Amino acid sequence: MSEGIIQADQPQTLEGDGKDLFSKFDDIINLRENLLASGQEDPFNLVMEKVLSPTRAVCNGRETILLGTYNYMGMTFDPDVIEAGKQALADFGSGTTGSRVLNGTYQGHKECEDALREFYGMDHAMVFSTGYQANLGIISTIAGKGDYIILDIDSHASIWDGCAMGQAEVVPFKHNDIEAMEKRLKRVPEGAGKLVILEGVYSMLGDVAPLKEMVAVAKKYGAMVLVDEAHSMGFIGENGRGVVEDAGVIDDVDFIIGTFSKSVGTVGGFCVSNHPKFEIMRLVCRPYVFTASLPPSVVATAATSIRKLMSGSEKRAHLWENSRTLHKGLRDLGFKLGTEEPQSAIIAVIMPDLEKGAAMWEALIKGGLYVNLARPPATPANMTLLRCSLCAEHSEEEVGKILDIFETAGKEIGII
Amino acid sequence: MDRAEVDAKIRELAEPFNKKGIEIKEDTTFQNDLEFDSLTVMDFVAEIEDEFDIIISMNQQAEIETYGQLVDAVHKLQAAA
Repeated sequence: MSEGIIQADQPQTLEGDGKDLFSKFDDIINLRENLLASGQEDPFNLVMEKVLSPTRAVCNGRETILLGTYNYMGMTFDPDVIEAGKQALADFGSGTTGSRVLNGTYQGHKECEDALREFYGMDHAMVFSTGYQANLGIISTIAGKGDYIILDIDSHASIWDGCAMGQAEVVPFKHNDIEAMEKRLKRVPEGAGKLVILEGVYSMLGDVAPLKEMVAVAKKYGAMVLVDEAHSMGFIGENGRGVVEDAGVIDDVDFIIGTFSKSVGTVGGFCVSNHPKFEIMRLVCRPYVFTASLPPSVVATAATSIRKLMSGSEKRAHLWENSRTLHKGLRDLGFKLGTEEPQSAIIAVIMPDLEKGAAMWEALIKGGLYVNLARPPATPANMTLLRCSLCAEHSEEEVGKILDIFETAGKEIGII
Repeated sequence: MDRAEVDAKIRELAEPFNKKGIEIKEDTTFQNDLEFDSLTVMDFVAEIEDEFDIIISMNQQAEIETYGQLVDAVHKLQAAA
């Protein structure tokens, strides 16, 4: 599931009742107005006036510790990354003004794809303008009418949209349920194309998929496997290749989808694969063809960052340390968490309801801490969550301060 | 299995999800009358799929609004399975 905040990840059918096409949004408008009428600071309209570091910013006038970004590896202010971006901006200009297949492929795009191939040890890499477009493009292009997509019900919005765009038969199964997945694979009509879509880390609760078992089951039924590793790249696995690496199944998956907007620290998306015919995607994948390519400075920062992440084992170790400390600390304070053990850099604190969740969010932001407020329908089981995502650059002292702020706010709101 | 048998079985499966005990007729809708949210739909569909050993894809679900339409669809799918 995704950070869509007030939208479900699955496309919803909205019904308008009159001539105003906006009337279908009335429920959302009302919900939002009621929340803000109580004097609540708007959780979905935060402005960072200044960004001081990967972990600090001035938000709504207050210096704030950032615990709700996807800057897991803290690469956004890395001096080498910044320098590479500046150099590319000077040498290649501010933008490409074109599609990858026309005038939009520069040296930097090729170098970025080289870095990805090396990072994952795969034959092919294709860079998209965003992670959303990578899922949208690859899924909709490879799974068309008559093919079957078997996917986890908690999949990200970009996956659902890719499924809808390709017009394949879409068959969801209960979150992380191996048996439910196998039952559905077994029932796919003989001869139909099959694509299984999984995520390494699910971003709402920060839980990890049982990829070892699931990939084996998918292969048993002759399905191709696509794994979205957006929230694990750079951090999980010995070389930061994701949950597929950690689970020992990287050679069995057909496609890995990822993003530059999390650990890599810029924007963009990609797909890596060993499929021998993969390069044809560049000509047939509409979200790749019909959009402008990433600016030279962005691909230069991405390539530099990806290469540095290859040797980021110390940072990975510190991030795990942070994740364990925060998880244990919050649990000891009496908060209810999304996972029994820390499984990723995301720790979800479960709120009793939306009202308390919004109040808690406000108490935290006033105390100098930013986290993500996530609420139904974007969350599994209609939960209201305060999602904390850690950074390798959070110091031990900062994690201690974060716990202090949580304790004060939790007592004030009456949750602990 | 004929339509009446499929109907009886689905009625039985729907029972635990019909929290308000609303009377289910052919034209009863899942979204408005029974107030099924997306999670309930997923669990309910999974039970039907397992019972009849069929797949009801999201694409097929999108065409089903009423109870009668569901029984028709399942009747057809299980006959083909």
